[in-house]
Amino acid sequence: MTTYQQTTIALCLALAATGSALADEFTDADVQRWQQQFMDVASEGRKLWTSPKLGTNGVACAQCHPNAANTHPETYPKFQKQLGKVIPLWQMINWCLKNPLEGQPLAADDPKMTALQAYVTYERRGVKLEPGKH
Amino acid sequence: MNIINNSRRSFIKSAGALALGATLPISLVELAFAGSRENFSFAYISDSHIQHIKDNRFVRNWDRGLIRAVAETNLLVPKPDFVMYGGDLAQLGSKPELDHGAEILSALKGDVRYVMGEHDYYLDLGEYWEKLFGPQYYSFDHKGVHFVVLNSIKTYDDWTFNRWPTAEQRMREMAGLDNPNSSPFMVGDEQRLWLKKDLDKVKKDTPVVVFSHSPLQKIYKGWNFWTEDAEQVQALLKPFNKVSVIYGHVHQIQYNQIGNISFNSVMATAWPWPYPQSYAQAEQYLPKLTVPMNRADPFFERDATGWQFINLADGNADLNFTLYNNSNRIVRYNKTLKHPEDTVYQDEKARIIPQTHY
Repeated sequence: MTTYQQTTIALCLALAATGSALADEFTDADVQRWQQQFMDVASEGRKLWTSPKLGTNGVACAQCHPNAANTHPETYPKFQKQLGKVIPLWQMINWCLKNPLEGQPLAADDPKMTALQAYVTYERRGVKLEPGKH
Repeated sequence: MNIINNSRRSFIKSAGALALGATLPISLVELAFAGSRENFSFAYISDSHIQHIKDNRFVRNWDRGLIRAVAETNLLVPKPDFVMYGGDLAQLGSKPELDHGAEILSALKGDVRYVMGEHDYYLDLGEYWEKLFGPQYYSFDHKGVHFVVLNSIKTYDDWTFNRWPTAEQRMREMAGLDNPNSSPFMVGDEQRLWLKKDLDKVKKDTPVVVFSHSPLQKIYKGWNFWTEDAEQVQALLKPFNKVSVIYGHVHQIQYNQIGNISFNSVMATAWPWPYPQSYAQAEQYLPKLTVPMNRADPFFERDATGWQFINLADGNADLNFTLYNNSNRIVRYNKTLKHPEDTVYQDEKARIIPQTHY
């Protein structure tokens, strides 16, 4: 038996003994920790949103969208008539990165794109979902 | 009684090299009235936010907005009596930005007068701006109207003088509209004292027009759509029969009436701002009278930006908004209801979907 297998067995026994391996139970501490993980990413998004370095010309997202207002994350995916198709929010963010910010688009799973979307949706918290709305 | 005089509604059809004349989206209606006071008009350009990148490079988008406004203003017929520049010529108050903006504005024909914006001010507290454009607050008389220009974007001394390690940081902190580290705008004691003395010399039936950068009313503090001592300034203006306050800063159409004072905002040439109600977490007080401008379409670079032509008809300000990718708007003082109103969209049933901001 390898060291790895021994460790795995030991870990399983330990978890079974404490009961914390149950999938459907978590504590207040867990919730707080997860919430903090989200807020850290949203804060990173706020930094990017106000950064003159996200694009190439010094223009920041917040210059036109203070507090991410007028971004309407609750309406995406939606049809953008100028692009002729339904797009998710991150594609519209990339449109802004390329045009007013004269910068490079980000990959959909780029941590920066995740952070930007976390910030935008956090500022819009409490607003009901209305996908497709204009 | 006013007579609408359509004969003066005209523009140069042959605009020569600019070729803009034929497509200029303006229909100017000059109001003429029987009486001793003359009607006149002036143009208003504001909030261009000329932004330096480095070396000889500036943000092209904002440059184009100001260049276009200047070119179109020069084509106005009848020629405006003067041009007002409403503040925030620069983005971060630097010499390159102010110089570049001043050079673009130098193409304007006729007299130009200037209002200080926070983006012009907080790097050197207006020192270089004064060299280019003159004093930060002043008054003048024109054809029976008393005009006052205020620097309304000052703030608490402690914030201005003690809080920031460098002038550059102070400028950046104030430049972020939604930055919680910035500070509320105010006219301040010194200027209010000056204003009182200035107005003491003016007869109460003289129309008074005040130009400020920030609204001299309280709309939304979070974005400084706000002047901390607004009520005190309004009190100084209260004894006059007709007062108009015209302000920039908000990059959107707003209008209001408080007692004898009509409030009108002007458009930005750089970019539009959302109405405060579209920030879901905000408590704000957009005047109920205001019919919002259409939501901006980002795919049209100049949409929801523009400039305006203001008629002073019988001492009341009528604003003709020149909007590039939208129908123009006219907000005119209604003499019966005694407040400004949109000439097309004021009635709730007349509004269109893009005027609903959410």
